[in-house]
Amino acid sequence: MKKKSLMRSIAAAPHIFWAVLFIVLPLIIVGVYAFTDAEGNFSLANIAALTDYVPIFWLSLELSVIATAVCLVIGYPLAYIIAKSSPRAQKIFIMLLMLPMWTNLLIRTYSIMAILDDGGFLNTLLNTSFHIVGTKGAVIFGMVYDFLPYMVLPIYTCVSKIDKHMWEAASDLGCSPVKTMLKVIFPLSMSGIISGVTMVLVPSISTFYISQKLGGGTFELIGDTIERQFVTGALNVGAAISLVMMVLILISITVMNRFSEGDEGGIIV
Amino acid sequence: MKYASRIYLCLIFSVLYIPIFTLILFSFNVENSTAEFAGFSLRWYIELFNSPETFTALRNTLLLAVLSALLSTVIGTAAAEGIYKMRSRFIKGAITSVTNIPMMNPDIVTGMSMMLFFAAVMGIFKISDYNEIGFAAMLIAHTTFCLPYVILSVLPRINELGDSLSEAALDLGCTPVSAFFRVKLPNIMPGVISGMVMAFTLSLDDFVISYFVGPTNFQTLPLLIYSMTKKKVTPDMYALSTIIIVSVFILLIISNIRSGKRADENKRKRGAVK
Amino acid sequence: MKKIIALLFTLLPIFLLLSCSGGSPEAPDAQAPRRERGDVVTLNVYNWGEYISDGFEGSLDTNAAFEEYFNTHLSEKYGGITVEVNYTTFANNEEMYSKLKNSAVVYDIVVPSDYMIEKMIAEDMLLAFDVAADIPNYVYIDEAFRSSPYYDPTAQYTVPYTYGMMGIIYNTAMVDEADIGSWDLMWNDKYAGKILQFNNPRDAFATAMYLLGLDVNSNDRDDWAAAYDKLLLQKPLVQGYVNDEVFNKMTSESAAIAPYYVGDFITMADQEENLAFYYPKEGVNYFVDAMCIPKSSKNPDIAKEYMNFMLSEEAAIANAEYIGYASPNTLVYENEEYREYMGEFAIDLLYGYSPDEVNASYNAIYGKDASCYHNFTPDIQSRVNTLWENLKIADSTELWVHVTAGLIVAAVLALAIGTTYIKKKRSKFYRERDKKAKKS
Repeated sequence: MKKKSLMRSIAAAPHIFWAVLFIVLPLIIVGVYAFTDAEGNFSLANIAALTDYVPIFWLSLELSVIATAVCLVIGYPLAYIIAKSSPRAQKIFIMLLMLPMWTNLLIRTYSIMAILDDGGFLNTLLNTSFHIVGTKGAVIFGMVYDFLPYMVLPIYTCVSKIDKHMWEAASDLGCSPVKTMLKVIFPLSMSGIISGVTMVLVPSISTFYISQKLGGGTFELIGDTIERQFVTGALNVGAAISLVMMVLILISITVMNRFSEGDEGGIIV
Repeated sequence: MKYASRIYLCLIFSVLYIPIFTLILFSFNVENSTAEFAGFSLRWYIELFNSPETFTALRNTLLLAVLSALLSTVIGTAAAEGIYKMRSRFIKGAITSVTNIPMMNPDIVTGMSMMLFFAAVMGIFKISDYNEIGFAAMLIAHTTFCLPYVILSVLPRINELGDSLSEAALDLGCTPVSAFFRVKLPNIMPGVISGMVMAFTLSLDDFVISYFVGPTNFQTLPLLIYSMTKKKVTPDMYALSTIIIVSVFILLIISNIRSGKRADENKRKRGAVK
Repeated sequence: MKKIIALLFTLLPIFLLLSCSGGSPEAPDAQAPRRERGDVVTLNVYNWGEYISDGFEGSLDTNAAFEEYFNTHLSEKYGGITVEVNYTTFANNEEMYSKLKNSAVVYDIVVPSDYMIEKMIAEDMLLAFDVAADIPNYVYIDEAFRSSPYYDPTAQYTVPYTYGMMGIIYNTAMVDEADIGSWDLMWNDKYAGKILQFNNPRDAFATAMYLLGLDVNSNDRDDWAAAYDKLLLQKPLVQGYVNDEVFNKMTSESAAIAPYYVGDFITMADQEENLAFYYPKEGVNYFVDAMCIPKSSKNPDIAKEYMNFMLSEEAAIANAEYIGYASPNTLVYENEEYREYMGEFAIDLLYGYSPDEVNASYNAIYGKDASCYHNFTPDIQSRVNTLWENLKIADSTELWVHVTAGLIVAAVLALAIGTTYIKKKRSKFYRERDKKAKKS
């Protein structure tokens, strides 16, 4: 019986091989780097040096939390409206949502910078002098702009799966539309929300291009720090920061998934 | 209510598209500026077509995206089938968790880990030139981060489909392999295709991981854009983006019209049966 | 151990010289791999972004021209091979260094700046060769650039590519002429929010150190602390720390003041006529970017041909016109067409009267030389990195960010706890009801 079961899942073998070799092993190597010095001897100096980066870490966390919240507040109604429209319109809206993602993120961000800059397109057009680029707000805007589709798509998938009769049932049982929304639809789309939150939060925390371009370089996010360590060749410190960031993120994702009640695969359209 | 939601949609989509439209506008700029529009010209398109560097990068990007999408789709679909058949909940859970790591992990960490990994590989196999394994490294890295998306897109389809169809096929004398290819695969095709498209898009757009892993003899478009930073992004990059976005738009419209037609036909057929 | 390395290091050039002179002159380089007729050899060139004439608007595509030249004229000399240039670009010295060192990528030509060359020589990463003998066109390099006490005192590693000085670019419509002349313009609070600063520690610290009259190559940790304090003072006035963004920001008049390199200023001035430039009186950085052959190169012989080609009149002029930086090549700056193309204004600014005289004229005006950067000692390097990090962290959080993020987290937590509580209560209620139902 056991042998048979093994045979049945033989199809997963290449993947398991792949995952061990190219996912697990590289992460172990990151761990090794984090706990060694440049000569390869065991050392805790990199981990100890991390205290210097606590403010940067906080700032990245705060900005990405705000960006994620904004994405959720903007994205949920959007996903909901799309899911409620006719099938044809749904297709078009999803297409419109995905289309900007085909332009490279770097170009999109650069384009935002060119628009919002002090002497940029917007200010020339309106003949004003808003100072936007270089503020935290601009970075949050950039994150929201670049990652909004990641929030909308999973929520849309989730909401569009909810049975249409749910509304009728709820109102038959005496729920007002607002109450239905809060007590029925919202909890049912929870798994979509959680995937959306993860998919926005993770790239926003670790981004380095957006903060470089839209933050005007006046502050650094943790992604910038890792990238700088990489460029200056301080691989061990970079690995230590990466390791800590990874552990924190994986823990928070596990905690969040607790709330999604084991619904698998709500992420993909 | 209906108007409110329409206004909302318009608002969001216009904000979403303003940068895209300005990008398209400035790709036609006479001057070498991405801030001031001085007049209409095709200068940057001509420039683009005269630049072999950009074309090589575009070719590399597409090649990598196609190969990694194919590879991850094949491995991922097989993996989804294997995972579905697994009995032990523990092993199943362990494998899906590991699979999801590249998806959950920040790109920068995945990139860094891959870079260190390939450095170690070079050390072990005494390879002195990274360029020799550079393309393979890129392909492996891209396939690795595409895999979870493929699996996540295929697995629910397999779960939905259940065992009854393939069992029926087995009863009718199919081998397990042919049952998979002739019965199961056609049924999970939408999931496979959406996974492949997702993988293709991700690979195409990836900058961070390629930045860490990329060799010098295989520069992709995002890397080229990033390295153009000694001076500045010239509108020819905008022109390239315009071409990409317009061609994707046209492709999507065509596929939409065709699938719309098919849906109409199906409706008519069903109507006729009734 | 260190001593042995040092010894090897000093012996190496001698050894190389011996090995060169030992063989017959026609014999291919000892390091060259065996090549067969018909082989396509890839020459990996790693250069700054936008740092070569690439066929832009009818200019010469230098790399393609080299391939063509090599394949028609030199192919036979190298046994019938053809060459393909693989040209890639980097954004700063450190990125190039890290690719070469950490990723172990093999290049045949790299173009680092002075202090990076010094570092790479010290780490034995560059190939020493008889530059003057191996590269015939080297005779066109101006005497003043044949060797440099800063990075290549014996002239056996480098072939200079471009050079220049940094200074301050300002917008005449926004900046009062009375305020210019010194680095202190960048600390002038009249222009708060309109000032740009370099986004790399080396150059940013240099601006402060020149202003303070400190040595930019100082080994005194206190000097760096003083410069850090000065930069901290400047931070509230700064609109952004920039690299390439400076082009857009200055030409679109987003900012009024930026420190940058003179060659880039010329590019910007083409697009925005309000821009002007000056060399601050306290001192400026003088840089040279040079072509070098990394030790790992597999085709040093072809790399030399490439360097030689880059020094030939047509290629050198095309590059100089495209890049806009000063060229150390006499064929370039003595060429009438080139001088006409660049314009008198640019030529004066770039070259003074002859290459050596940029520095000389700077010296004549201010009584001091422009200084090159030296490679940092590891101690100072890590010190500067830390200070730079601190500068970026300083005052970087704002109250509203804390408050908003805090509120969001609080709301999510409240929601999570609330729902868990309600769920528990509900399930307790149902359990009890079921119990009752069972009992009855």
